[in-house]
Amino acid sequence: MKFHTITLNINGNNRVVTVRSADTLLYALRGKLGLTGSKPGCLNGDCGACTVNLDGWPMKSCLMLAVEAIGKKVTTIEGLQNAPIQQAFVENFAFQCGYCTPGFIMNCHSLIEQHPDADDEKIKEWLESNICRCTGYAEIERAVKSVLKKNRVP
Amino acid sequence: MEVIGKSVIRKEALEKVTGRAKYTNDYHSVSMLSGHKVISPFGHAKIVDIDTEEAWKVPGVHAILAGNHYPLTGEAIRDRPVIAVDKVRYHGEVVALVVADSPEQAKTAGDLIKVQYELLPVVNSPTQAFQKDAPLVHERLGEYKKEEDSHPVPDTNIATHIKIRKGNMEKGWSESDTVVEATFSFAPSDHAAMETRCATAEIMPDGNIIIMTSSQAPFMVKRLISDYFGEDLGKIIVHTPFVGGAYGGKAPVQLEILAYLASKEVGGKPVKIFNTREEDIITSPCHIGLDATVKLGADRNGKIRAAEIQHLWDGGAYSDKAIDVTRSGAVDCTGPYNIENVWCDSYCMYTNHPYASPFRGFSHSELSFVIERTMDLLAQKLNMDPLELRYINAIRPGNTTPTRVRLNKSNLGNLPKCIEKVREIFNWDEGPVKEINERFIRVKGVSCSWKTSTIDTNAPSGAIITFNKDGSLNLMTGVIEIGTGTKTVLAQILAERLKMDVDKIHVRMEVDTQTMPEHFKTVASRGTFMAGRAVLNAADDVINQLKEVAACALRAPKEDLEVADSRVFLRDDPAIGLHFKEVGYGYTYPNGNAIGGQIIGRGKYILRHLTHLDPETGAGKPGPEWSVAAYGVEVEFDRRDYTYRVVKACTVVDIGKVLNEKAALGQVMGAMSMGIAFASRETFYFDELGRVLNPQLRTYRPLRYGENPEYLVGFVETPQLDSPYGARGVGEFGLMGMPGALGNALSVAAGVSLNHLPLIPELIWKAKEGET
Repeated sequence: MKFHTITLNINGNNRVVTVRSADTLLYALRGKLGLTGSKPGCLNGDCGACTVNLDGWPMKSCLMLAVEAIGKKVTTIEGLQNAPIQQAFVENFAFQCGYCTPGFIMNCHSLIEQHPDADDEKIKEWLESNICRCTGYAEIERAVKSVLKKNRVP
Repeated sequence: MEVIGKSVIRKEALEKVTGRAKYTNDYHSVSMLSGHKVISPFGHAKIVDIDTEEAWKVPGVHAILAGNHYPLTGEAIRDRPVIAVDKVRYHGEVVALVVADSPEQAKTAGDLIKVQYELLPVVNSPTQAFQKDAPLVHERLGEYKKEEDSHPVPDTNIATHIKIRKGNMEKGWSESDTVVEATFSFAPSDHAAMETRCATAEIMPDGNIIIMTSSQAPFMVKRLISDYFGEDLGKIIVHTPFVGGAYGGKAPVQLEILAYLASKEVGGKPVKIFNTREEDIITSPCHIGLDATVKLGADRNGKIRAAEIQHLWDGGAYSDKAIDVTRSGAVDCTGPYNIENVWCDSYCMYTNHPYASPFRGFSHSELSFVIERTMDLLAQKLNMDPLELRYINAIRPGNTTPTRVRLNKSNLGNLPKCIEKVREIFNWDEGPVKEINERFIRVKGVSCSWKTSTIDTNAPSGAIITFNKDGSLNLMTGVIEIGTGTKTVLAQILAERLKMDVDKIHVRMEVDTQTMPEHFKTVASRGTFMAGRAVLNAADDVINQLKEVAACALRAPKEDLEVADSRVFLRDDPAIGLHFKEVGYGYTYPNGNAIGGQIIGRGKYILRHLTHLDPETGAGKPGPEWSVAAYGVEVEFDRRDYTYRVVKACTVVDIGKVLNEKAALGQVMGAMSMGIAFASRETFYFDELGRVLNPQLRTYRPLRYGENPEYLVGFVETPQLDSPYGARGVGEFGLMGMPGALGNALSVAAGVSLNHLPLIPELIWKAKEGET
């Protein structure tokens, strides 16, 4: 078994961790750095509960190895400070059990950053990669659209 | 009402949107060992040999549990070995458990365990299980220990048989001019909560057993581990942090027992047992399947005179909670209609499928599907509007339930009113069918449902309120925050009673069974009712204590005092009074003397007037109240390839009283989404060996963003007089009517009676092709 001591840029800080070749980024975040906001839901990319932001783009952290994150900027839910989408989730009751919420928020946040003009089709294309089993998605839709709309006001 | 009804922001909101909310698997310590389950690859097989020799050679392995005869477990019948011995009865059953330093080591070792099986004939459906020559899933059914309410039939696959005998069937059929009969079936499926189940256990030197689990029933974990293994009840301490979705699936006790046995095996060290998604779907209990036959008879005016119903529930390999689900399905078997002559046989069948647990609605989405499809067949035959047929048969105060409970305005919601409201907001009167073009057609279907919560007759709940020195309050109940927002609603109930700011009430989210009063289980939409009553009881205790201390300090009789706005004051002169911070921790006189002390309010509640059911007739009172709902689903159906889109879904539920509007809407819409997914696509696909072919979220597909319909939700408020502010349960209702309404809409759209779930295009195509 091979171990690597690597430096990862997580939430703006350089963190040194020792990982196996086979360790996923999710495993390293949770097990080595105590960042348990990213959730395991399926460990094969089906559910999106482990979504983080990688150089501005959403990434399911169970689908990449920790060593692949070297040299990239990783933002986890813990690194998101007062982002408008977080407040929008609160106000719109866009979560219930909260387990899919970090992944959903990271995906929504990335969407808002990458596509401030996202239309219904674009929103669906992005958000259908995550599963929420509690809500019927209406609240999440309202939350995302409320932030997009606010950003659009000149 | 100041706080009740308002969309108060959920108390745990910030934790959940910042990733700080912790779930069971988020708690890990360096010393914690990991368990790995070796599971059966077959539905039914004899275990010939288990070879663990190679597995033991893997570094880091502490223990391998396999082949031991531990005490049998199971809630209604003790029929389940914690780890299979002699034979496996379902695909996914645990045959060995490896405990190692890390999850990778445990898995590596687990993969090296060689289990030799000899295949046995598989019981692949409840109908097959019911046949006389069916292979037996449990050869020793007659020898198992069981509860009073379980009625297993030895030397068969019948785990229980519930009978409903009401009225006179001969009379009922003779009064019926029109009779319809149909059979229905659907296979088991899954809850698919986003958090897979997880449990940890540690046994301390003094014998204390510390468990943490993602459970809806930590108090049950405590009770059952004590029962099964003879441990002192008080030494078992169960912690439950946030639970990442449950929907009934986390009410059974399973991984906790594995964690306990594993910890015991390694000298009490902490051990974690975590389900992979695949294990969560097949190894842990699933959503029950059903084969059913329904026969309804109506007179020439459309009044239903007789109902004969047979349920064959797919309880799976072990009866656990399926027995209660079967009973619950029997007691409300007719749906929300007034029928004087009822005959129902509800059987819980053993099969070689993953075993069943409660699923949101506790048998009611299932029984509603079979009744509501039959109602539409009846309407068709009578040439009546299906909504009108439901309206004229709607159950009303003065009628009796199948188990002969007399209904009144308090213990029954108002179904006619729900139907009227569906008619309005679903725009039923524009007609159920709209031709778009040659290819597409839009069709509306309707349904109704009702439910009482069949739970233990002596189920308790409790609440404790303590004061902080700043005059704020802490609220502790045994209700688990599984996502429903109940703990916030309980704070609202308390704030309303004390007429205070809800922000000054702090809610303890984590539950532990040692320091918090027992709440039976966070199931059956009973949290608000039972814990709400306990909170009101505790609030009254707090008010009394506040007044006692204040009466002394203010030199005024208790009777002259009021409590509001975090103050105790004179009713006739509110300026004279004391703030909570001056009395909540006792009152201190200027010279230093003190009276009172920290105010600790306690409240409790226990269900009343519930009875066991008569084993021959079913007569008895199974639950406290019946709420009701009416539904509509509109589909756009493609006649060319049988695909469809759910355009709109409507639910009107008698909620008694809306306590938190956005939370209530969220409960209803979320349940509708789950119900549509159950009805339209979710099922286990079994092969001939009883193997589940789709235990992943890419092959077992819940609804995703954008696949949801437009939701129309309405509330009717008929107060349940003995419930806090009149509220009725709401969390399950959105789901219960979706399968029936969707089935009804698609049956009209496709022009063929669709009696199976899930309603995938292939099934519709087969039904249609089979017909021509």
